[in-house]
Amino acid sequence: MGSTSSTLAKIPNAEDLMQETGFTPAHLVRLYDRFKVLDKDKKGFLTPQDFVAIKELAMNPICDRIIGAFFTSGGETLDFPSFVRILAHFRPIDKNRPKEPTSPDPINSRSNKLKFAFQLYDQDKDGKISRHELLQVLRAMLEKQVTEEQLESIADRTIQEADLDRDDAISFEEFRKSLEKVNIDHKMSIRFLR
Amino acid sequence: TALLPIHTWNLPGSSMLNLWMPMTVTYIHLLLLLLDPSSALMSTQDPPPSLGNHSMDKNDVDEAEGHFTVPIAFRVFSVDYHHVQAPFEIVLWIMLASLAKLGFHWSGRIPAVVPESCLLIMVGLLVGGVIYGVRHTAPPVLSAEAFFLYLLPPIVLDAGYFLPGRLFFENLGTILWYAVLGTLWNVLGIGLSLYGLCQLGGWGLEEVSLLHFLLFGSLIAAVDPVAVLSVFEEIHVNEQLHILVFGESLLNDAVTVVLYKLFESFLRMPSVSGVDVLAGGCQFVVVGLGGLCVGLFFGLVAALTTRFTARAQVIAPLFVFLYSYLSYLTSEMLHFSGIMAIVTCAVTMKQYVEANVSEKSNTTIKYFLKMWSSVSETLIFIFLGVSTIQDVHMWSWPFVSSTLFLCLLWRALGVLLLTAVVNKLRRNAVTFRDQFIIAYGGLRGAICFSLVFLIEDFPKKRLFITTTIVVILFTVFVQGMTIKPLVELLDVKRKKRVLPTVSEEVHCRLLDHLLSGIEDVVGYWGQHYWKDKFEHFNTKYLKRFLIREDKQPKSSIVRLYQELERREQMGETDEGKRERSPAM
Repeated sequence: MGSTSSTLAKIPNAEDLMQETGFTPAHLVRLYDRFKVLDKDKKGFLTPQDFVAIKELAMNPICDRIIGAFFTSGGETLDFPSFVRILAHFRPIDKNRPKEPTSPDPINSRSNKLKFAFQLYDQDKDGKISRHELLQVLRAMLEKQVTEEQLESIADRTIQEADLDRDDAISFEEFRKSLEKVNIDHKMSIRFLR
Repeated sequence: TALLPIHTWNLPGSSMLNLWMPMTVTYIHLLLLLLDPSSALMSTQDPPPSLGNHSMDKNDVDEAEGHFTVPIAFRVFSVDYHHVQAPFEIVLWIMLASLAKLGFHWSGRIPAVVPESCLLIMVGLLVGGVIYGVRHTAPPVLSAEAFFLYLLPPIVLDAGYFLPGRLFFENLGTILWYAVLGTLWNVLGIGLSLYGLCQLGGWGLEEVSLLHFLLFGSLIAAVDPVAVLSVFEEIHVNEQLHILVFGESLLNDAVTVVLYKLFESFLRMPSVSGVDVLAGGCQFVVVGLGGLCVGLFFGLVAALTTRFTARAQVIAPLFVFLYSYLSYLTSEMLHFSGIMAIVTCAVTMKQYVEANVSEKSNTTIKYFLKMWSSVSETLIFIFLGVSTIQDVHMWSWPFVSSTLFLCLLWRALGVLLLTAVVNKLRRNAVTFRDQFIIAYGGLRGAICFSLVFLIEDFPKKRLFITTTIVVILFTVFVQGMTIKPLVELLDVKRKKRVLPTVSEEVHCRLLDHLLSGIEDVVGYWGQHYWKDKFEHFNTKYLKRFLIREDKQPKSSIVRLYQELERREQMGETDEGKRERSPAM
């Protein structure tokens, strides 16, 4: 399509991005348009304030954690390639992809999706979800619906169910195991193009 | 469905006495023996079967004329059957149905092989046969009015109240796709091909018009919720598959209603124009949306009413039943889809009612719904069996077998084509195995049966009735019995028997929030976006208005946690507890 290819030309390193993330040109263009919309001041990059400005996102209980996941390593700027790389986690898994043992997992593999979810809990990046971190997330999600005691019991039970090595924290492997029955592809994918 | 009742119980009152004498003469003997020591009186009062009426009437007449030949002073003991006749007979039928169901569950290995519906139909056939053998006339037929007004609503209400809401709405697009387009495809396919075959076949059916065949197609194509529920309850396929088949059977009611009435009114009109067909198409929207709105209205009113039941908790469940039934009746009165109304009503009011009423009332609601729907279902199947024994069956091998074949063929083709299209738009593709079960699980039941009786009389009506009965019996028996082994053979994904763990629930909730956030970032109005929007609206306005101040509903995480704790305290393990609805 004419408009797609002309917009595509404006995106720097489009070919590499598509190769890395698996997005089609149409997807990439759509994301580029969205990036421009979010970048109201036309800075060329996004800041956390641009994210907070999205009305519906601001109402999300884990809004700050999601924004934090975009701005990894504490930076205040997000350029387009990084934006796309994060969003690539939410592409549906390609079932027909040939499995080459030597090449790295694509960004949207089940394992990488789970790692992304894990880091939402693990704010201090020590590779484990501590009881305290779990409580914070539970508190954010359940807000005023439960008492503090109930929160603590639920957190206790959550850790008890998953914690196999009894260190009172959930490692990534334990996290992955507790979600083995869940269809992660279904739960963590978005159909990007309408 | 919204159709005017024409038939009522088509038997004269007094012959019902003779009907039950063969079956319950022992029962009454025992009863009388227990109640009365004096055998002399008993023998006068217990007439032989064939003279049942006459001796009673004679005694009454004697009394009236004041002829006391032997003054036994006044009657210490007498049997006055007419006084209690109607409720007595209803209770006896229900008792028969329930005893059959009990016996079925105690009969060793049979329940594993034969679904309940088949056994009940067989009992019905037996009873019908006995009645026919004794009286040499046709046994009572399941009247359409009794079916649509009394037997169908409890089943649909139970199904709607316990519908897995989230799963249903996630798959709503696919369900509607199958329900609307699939039914249309089947109706037109079966109607037109039957017409074509009859024109060419030389089976003596050339005079039957195209409209009659289309009418027949519209009633035979629809998947029946009662039959689907009954069979699928026992095979435990994965929830997505279950909701697809079941949701389709519920929502295709709107299409069936419209098409049936459309063709029926076309039959009465001298000529049909294109405008009329278009009006029919609009009517479909009216019927569907109308049912929806009626259901929504009554659901919200019911929710509001339960807000104030704190001081009279005992009658709180009654409001649930009354409002639901009212929504069904109102919808039928307005010629909307009753099934859609009652399902919408149940789905709408459930979360608010659960929060507002006490635990005991919630349990009451649950068990009353289960009980009523179970009784209804049993009665429906027994009557299907009884009504099969008819005086006049018109049989035609080619017509019956081609109808059966075409039903299966068009359903299979329809499912294949529709799924091929819809899979492109779904996140979770419907696999070929699932598609096979969807096509194979398209069971017909009592709705077709009642609808065929309501057709206006025309020369070949009895043939249509016979064919419908054959199709229903085939789908329930053959497909119903073989679907379980097929599910195992094809290794279709089964239902998870255990509850999720709390950590699963917590993490999944996190993922929901995450995906909502990502959808917001990308600006994509997907499922999470709409779900969130509804949740916000719900929390901000609806819950405040419809739920008592002190009783805000609990999060699913909290509920799951409490349920798991409760079970552990009771000493039940997850594997031991079965999730299926109690098949009482």
